[in-house]
Amino acid sequence: MHIMYFTERPYRAVSNDEVIKNGFFGIPNKHFDPAKGAVLLNEYLDEKILAEELGFDGVMLNEHHDTAFCMGSVMNVEASILARITKRVRIILLGNPLPVVGNPLRMAEELAMIDMISHGRLVTGWVRGAGSEQFATNANPGYNREYFNEAHDLVVQAWTRPGPWRYEGKHFHYRFVDPWALPLQKPHPPIWIPGLLSPETVVWCAQHRYPYIALATFLEPTVELWNIYRDAAAKEGYQVGPENFGYLQKVFVAETDEKARELAKWDMFGGAGIGYSLFGKPQWMFPPGYNSKDATRRVARQFSDPAAAKGSPFAGGNGPASDKKDSTAEERIAQSQIDVRAGAWSDDHVDIEATRKQILDAFPQVERAMQVICGTPKTVIPKIRKVLEVLRPGIFGFWQNDGPISSEARTQNIRMIAEEVMPATREIAKELGLVSPFEVKPGSRKLPASGIPESVGSLAPLGS
Amino acid sequence: MPDGANQWREETVRVDDTGLIVVTAGAGRPLLVLHDELGNPGALKWNRAIAARRTIITPLHPGFGRTPRADWICSIRDLAAFYARYLNENHPAPIDVIGFSLGGWIAAEMAACNPGQFRKMILVAPAGIRPPQGEILDFFQMMAPQQVLASVRDPAGTPEFAELYGGPMAPAQFESFEDARAQTARLAWTPFMHNPALPHLLGVAAGLPTLVMWGRQDGVVPPSAAERWRAAISGARVVMFDACGHRPEIERSADFIRETEAFLGD
Repeated sequence: MHIMYFTERPYRAVSNDEVIKNGFFGIPNKHFDPAKGAVLLNEYLDEKILAEELGFDGVMLNEHHDTAFCMGSVMNVEASILARITKRVRIILLGNPLPVVGNPLRMAEELAMIDMISHGRLVTGWVRGAGSEQFATNANPGYNREYFNEAHDLVVQAWTRPGPWRYEGKHFHYRFVDPWALPLQKPHPPIWIPGLLSPETVVWCAQHRYPYIALATFLEPTVELWNIYRDAAAKEGYQVGPENFGYLQKVFVAETDEKARELAKWDMFGGAGIGYSLFGKPQWMFPPGYNSKDATRRVARQFSDPAAAKGSPFAGGNGPASDKKDSTAEERIAQSQIDVRAGAWSDDHVDIEATRKQILDAFPQVERAMQVICGTPKTVIPKIRKVLEVLRPGIFGFWQNDGPISSEARTQNIRMIAEEVMPATREIAKELGLVSPFEVKPGSRKLPASGIPESVGSLAPLGS
Repeated sequence: MPDGANQWREETVRVDDTGLIVVTAGAGRPLLVLHDELGNPGALKWNRAIAARRTIITPLHPGFGRTPRADWICSIRDLAAFYARYLNENHPAPIDVIGFSLGGWIAAEMAACNPGQFRKMILVAPAGIRPPQGEILDFFQMMAPQQVLASVRDPAGTPEFAELYGGPMAPAQFESFEDARAQTARLAWTPFMHNPALPHLLGVAAGLPTLVMWGRQDGVVPPSAAERWRAAISGARVVMFDACGHRPEIERSADFIRETEAFLGD
């Protein structure tokens, strides 16, 4: 198993009231103080060094724009620094938002430089960018998927096809492609794709034999999604294994369950919390043309009735999936994400105190669904085992320290996980045969003689 | 007078390799209708009235839901050229045209390429030229229901608005708006809803009989743009409606019909 450390690197100096009023995207940047930003950005780099020293296999970064949620506005800048100041860990970028970057050739060069400076420790990944990112960078959401596909193909070509050559695509055009920055790893750095259970993306991953990393999604739809990957992989002629899957799990550890819970509950305001309800208002999360027709249909159900668009930011976000019995697995998976993310933001006056209470009161529910695991090492290890038994991922990320959590508490969290939880996690992974993409090449397993692929995940352990 | 759905005919016309859906009503000299960025709203008072003496031809823009998207149409000028071909192959020039908002922009781009396509042109609160005061409302930073509400000055006081959009929005209606909004994004995301070259290109349309109609309280395309249009198309006449937003055809339908009939004549 490959074990990595992840935090969103939040701008923790933002007022909680502002987050509740606006969501993270769209808070006026008069609330951002670069002096505090300077301290935080350096602290987050130092944490990666600590994670390396404590034995994590990888440190993961992501990128968001115009938000206090995540300070990685240009993730490749952080990755470049980590390439030099760390020595051993994999630098895992999940992911670069290809459609909003706008210049795939430049992206190929930047990543190649990071791979060389790190002596081949880069793992790169791609995302479409959150809806809000399309506004923050003025990327046309109507072409988001087209940009993604074309930019991906171009980056891989720029890394692998000897230049110079000319590129005339639909959205990108280069008259001279001959980069003198090429990745050290051949044919190119590993590519992993993170996501929130978009079936379209998962099928695309299976076709490209890229591991798919689910970002703290609900367990039940995640297993269903693994099966969608499994079937798409079978069509490509291979059997999936743990090496095709990764999972990011929020884990908070302290000396007592109560202390851990006290820390973890603030994650409701920092990371995904109960979902992406607080990430941004619906008009920024669902820009026109950003979603597929199927996804738009699901959004339509959420927003078409004005009555459903009222209520708390968490309206509809309490279940692991739509309880519609006649929907397909793909629909249920996608709907569960829409439910959580859409969050039905009323434009009416926000009662800050009431909303804050409502958000915090929802924490036990989040904990029950294992969206967040918290407690002493003794408490959390059996829960992690359960997640690993259900999803059987070859890549596992400890995601933590989002929200207004002190530097001291952050560091202690990282230490306790590394020293008291990670060794057990490795043992469990070994026992369950959870191999990483570095141990078994994704897409290299043969299908059973019957031609019927075997599942990787299973909900059965949840019943025990 | 055509009145009722059964007088509205629908056909699919092949243009290039796209099956363009065209809705037609009435009889008489043809009037090309280019719908706005939210799609074709269907039979309204104004087009029922005009259909008494005119054949109203309403193509449904490619990619706005019913007519399939054509991948190569990436700008309003592409779409204008697509419609030029449609007219060339289906209706002898010159033809009368009326365009609403984004549809007005399409008509203007067509006129800028070949003013001889048109006999008379009506532009209703057209997008396409950046207003000198205010900016075109960024309706992409709204969900569709809010965009629809912003299009009229007084939703509650506009009976035809209630007929069209009143009550809870059905999922199918929401999806239809999203189709239209997505294709509008593909065509007009940046520069948003205007073409900086258009005022210059329109010089060639000098003398084309043109009527520009606008609501003084238009919250979508600021009415300050009307003067730019008057300057761009020599001889264009501008009519401003009081107590009216972006949809004069439903907010001031009686005045709108009168102006339209008077301008088009026989």
